[in-house]
Amino acid sequence: MQPGALSKALKNGAIWGFIALELIFFSVAGEYLSLSDKAFMDYDNMLLLLKQSAPIGIIAMGMTIVMVNGNIDLSVGATFAIAAIVLLDSMTWPIFAGLGDWVIPVAWLLALAVGTLLGALNGLIVWKTGVDAFIVTLGSMLGFRGIVFMFNGENPTSHLNWTLVDFAEAEFLGLATASWFLLAVTLVIWFVMAKTVHGRNAYAIGDNREAAVNAGIRVGPHMMINFAIIGFLAALSAVVFYSESGSVNPNDGQLYELWVITAVVLGGTKITGGAGSVIGTFGGVIAIQLLRKGLGHIGADTSTVNLVIGLILIAVLFLDRQLNVKGKEELKV
Amino acid sequence: MATVTKQQIGSVLAKQGILIAFAVFMIAFTLANPKFLSVDNVFSVVRSSAILGVMALGVTFVVISGNLDLSVGSMMSFSTIVVLDLHDKIGPTLAIPAMFAMTLCLGAFIGFLVGYLRLNSLIVTLGMLSAIHGLTLTYSGGQNMDIADKDGTWFSIFGQGTALGIPVPILIFAALAALLGIVLTKTAFGRKVYAVGGNGTAATFSGIRRARTVFSCYLISATCVATAGLIQASRSLGSQNTVGQGLELEVLAAVILGGASLLGGSGTIFKTVIGVLILGFIQNGLLLLGLQFYVQFVVTWVIIILAVWLDIAAKRGKLWSPIA
Amino acid sequence: MTDTKPILHLDNIVKTFPGVRALDGVSFSVMPGEVHALMGENGAGKSTLMKVLGGIHQPDGGSIFMGTDKVTMSGPLEAKAMGIVFIHQELSLAEELSVAENIYLGELPRKSLGRVNWARLSEQTNAILKKLNVGFDAKTRVGDLSIANQQMVEIARALTVDAKAVIFDEPTASLTDAEKVVLFDVIADLKAEGVGIIYISHRMEEIFKITDRISILRDGQYQGTVATAETDEEAVTQMMIGRKLDLSRNASHHDLGDVALEVRGLSCGKLYQDVSFEVRRGEVVGFYGLVGAGRTEIAETLFGLRDPSSGQVLLDGEEVRIHSPADAIARGISLVPEDRKGQGLVLGMNCRDNMTLPQIDDLKAGPFVAEGAEIAIFDLYRERLDIRTPSWKQQAGNLSGGNQQKIVIGKWLSMHPSVLIVDEPTRGIDVGSKSEIHKLLRELAAQGYAVMVISSEMPEVLHVSDRIVAMYSGRIMRTFTSDEVSEDNLIQAISGIKSGQAA
Repeated sequence: MQPGALSKALKNGAIWGFIALELIFFSVAGEYLSLSDKAFMDYDNMLLLLKQSAPIGIIAMGMTIVMVNGNIDLSVGATFAIAAIVLLDSMTWPIFAGLGDWVIPVAWLLALAVGTLLGALNGLIVWKTGVDAFIVTLGSMLGFRGIVFMFNGENPTSHLNWTLVDFAEAEFLGLATASWFLLAVTLVIWFVMAKTVHGRNAYAIGDNREAAVNAGIRVGPHMMINFAIIGFLAALSAVVFYSESGSVNPNDGQLYELWVITAVVLGGTKITGGAGSVIGTFGGVIAIQLLRKGLGHIGADTSTVNLVIGLILIAVLFLDRQLNVKGKEELKV
Repeated sequence: MATVTKQQIGSVLAKQGILIAFAVFMIAFTLANPKFLSVDNVFSVVRSSAILGVMALGVTFVVISGNLDLSVGSMMSFSTIVVLDLHDKIGPTLAIPAMFAMTLCLGAFIGFLVGYLRLNSLIVTLGMLSAIHGLTLTYSGGQNMDIADKDGTWFSIFGQGTALGIPVPILIFAALAALLGIVLTKTAFGRKVYAVGGNGTAATFSGIRRARTVFSCYLISATCVATAGLIQASRSLGSQNTVGQGLELEVLAAVILGGASLLGGSGTIFKTVIGVLILGFIQNGLLLLGLQFYVQFVVTWVIIILAVWLDIAAKRGKLWSPIA
Repeated sequence: MTDTKPILHLDNIVKTFPGVRALDGVSFSVMPGEVHALMGENGAGKSTLMKVLGGIHQPDGGSIFMGTDKVTMSGPLEAKAMGIVFIHQELSLAEELSVAENIYLGELPRKSLGRVNWARLSEQTNAILKKLNVGFDAKTRVGDLSIANQQMVEIARALTVDAKAVIFDEPTASLTDAEKVVLFDVIADLKAEGVGIIYISHRMEEIFKITDRISILRDGQYQGTVATAETDEEAVTQMMIGRKLDLSRNASHHDLGDVALEVRGLSCGKLYQDVSFEVRRGEVVGFYGLVGAGRTEIAETLFGLRDPSSGQVLLDGEEVRIHSPADAIARGISLVPEDRKGQGLVLGMNCRDNMTLPQIDDLKAGPFVAEGAEIAIFDLYRERLDIRTPSWKQQAGNLSGGNQQKIVIGKWLSMHPSVLIVDEPTRGIDVGSKSEIHKLLRELAAQGYAVMVISSEMPEVLHVSDRIVAMYSGRIMRTFTSDEVSEDNLIQAISGIKSGQAA
């Protein structure tokens, strides 16, 4: 069991080691290559990084549950966009005209409710039809995007509410609102996955679904709840982000699913389910954001970021496989 | 007895459901708008579906072999940009084979990772989606790519030309579909693709070189992507870096609509073509009815889920899933 | 036991699946404090019956009584709530979770906010583990345990609730003798507490050691219940298969040819060590041993699926290195694998395509596959092996186990191998097909094939082999000729008892 334990420790610590490596690399490389004279590991820069991680990070927490559960959700980007539109559009609806600034919590609740319902709809379809989550959410990714366009065609939807912007731009104890949301969501989801019966059942279902069924866990409703959670979090991510920006394009959130899945896989969650941790995902989110920022810091453009992230994802998969090779006598199939 | 016939109807519906749905749908739209089934309209639909269709043919091989390819969209952008760039630098005669060679290298890389190293194809191609996009941006320097002399090149023939009164993209799509259909159903290689996707372990125990088979499927996919890129480049003679973005999922939708299982081992070229045409005709039909393009997204959503649902319902003999 | 009422009573249970009557009027009762064996061949309906009892399948007819109450099992949780606990044969554990979480899967103790009560969980679990006398604790990850210890975790589940009836499905398949003793103690404890136990096993010696009564199923039909003390193995076997077991030795002898396959000092890591044997043309060599003795791994090595760490393989006297199944096939080795559905067949493919898969590259008409030649091959072996299928277009997955196995055998015979390896050729096959396959193996040898038969069934090995290689824990203990072998010395050899050597 010794080599297995070593590889496990390596794997659990891998994402943090990778983050440390990134920090060192960008700090050193930044000395020579950076255009600005500010150090990379600047305190403000790191705080900004946390804030910028929030939109992807919040959704990634939901994706961790869904993937540990043995499913996947490709529709999060579209859910994100719908929630954003509901948030901004509803503030202009005549029925809420008399509410003043009280329209803000109403709009928030509406957006979150819509996200939760869309997620639950995915879950319900997966449960009742037995169609694979990949296909179900591939379909709803298209469908939800169609709904996004129904609001305003190809035009952006904008509404600036200054109270809302003030709230979103506020800082508390030095951290931006978005950062607080990311930390809070991480904490809550960590609690759910590590401490509650629901979370432990999620692992059991992803690990051995038949065993979970035999033990009497109601797999269908369980999965539906998890899809509702990821829908809620996609909406929450939109609420946090668009409270500040105030304008949403119908194509916003596209490719979010890919970024989110990348972060989750980098964080060590097994694609087939049953294993993964919220803390690891948090590391994955930070690692990706560091990479984007760091490459920008040393003067690389978006193209390099895409290239590097793609290759790192593959490299992680490769390393994971090498660490799990059982030895020479293994059956070659 | 009544229940038996009902079951039989159910199973016929489920087995040929996609064809029946296609027919019903075509009739309904034709009744709503007679122009729908006119030669001009059909040509225009098939021509605009050709790029998606050619890519779907290759992805069908990958999916039957039990894998996924999410990188075809960004790979298509890559080949479009490369061929447009090389067109002005080394001329179309050399640009086309050079672009095919480069695209095939990417396909070979993916095939190596998935086939020989046995890495999960979803994550590998997800990574490649991002990596190839980065590669394309680096190659083009983030700029749009345009051919300098748009009127003086024969390069436009692949996207804009016609032969025997039929648009060339349609001919390419049809010829490739026929060729790959024959490869899949009539050759030893095709048989191996089904075996590897149906049960990779049993295929290995039968002496089939699984890695080589999967690798070849990705090469075929890359060849199709390069062909699609060629049509795209030739049609517009200029392109953005993101021309193929999102196509990977539309392609997959067409393949799934054709009834290929993501678990591998099932699917046919013919059904994929039907899947592609359904997507194309829905888009066109809804536009003819005066509906916006985005309505087709919602319709596609419903159709994909219904199609896959009926397919697996027929296999398990029950409409609702047994999940507790 | 005459004074008590049955704790569990099944009355006339019927269960049909499309085209199959899986259970046809099965009735039997389990008394409190009784160990009740349920026996029958594979496919006799034991597992279907257990699924009905566990609420996974609903019966189409008949009733289940707990005590005097008629009950309906609507799911595994209801069954458990009523005190019926299953110990599954296939491990149904979540490897990433801890031992405690697995034992209490589906009913973790809760605190406020839906939290798991970890303290109570480990306390309860450790109490149970102490009873089982195992060397791991509640927090151990199940994936880190040996298969036998995982089986103990499965067994520990039975002790979590106030069980009225516990069903053990082949619990000893992967246990060592020492672990078996612990298991039997657990069963004795449960029995003393008045729990009714249903014990499913193929191992006669266990059945006769620990059970009180035996109920027998054949082809979904109830054959009767007998008191263990008043019967013997032969009578039970006869009820199971409907006729007397043919324990005869291989009688036919024919002249042996040259050595086709020779193995010298072959080792593969921890799987098996220093294995040497030879197989002549015209000879059937049986490999007998317990599960995990290394027999299948030798076959896989010869077929190029594993790389040996040392030793030589000689074909027709010439040393060869086999790196892949394609190599093996090219050198005339065929392997009918152990797991028919997982390794032998592509279930979604039709019968013809399955049969011609290994030689598909050679069946060519121009660039295409020669379908005519394929159909000819299929028809030849359909006739020769009496494969019952309406047409070659039938999906392999739709055939019965016996016919599926014949497709796999036909697939490899059509390769005209010089060495044919068959691994568990009759597992899960009905009795009729079984003897046909035995006959076939003898015929093949007579035609000059060199045949290796790996089997865990003693009658089968005795019946078909010219020589028998007995293996224990990765080593060859002894090689018997068909004249030397007796049931006793064979069992001694595969149990690792050396004294057989002197005999």
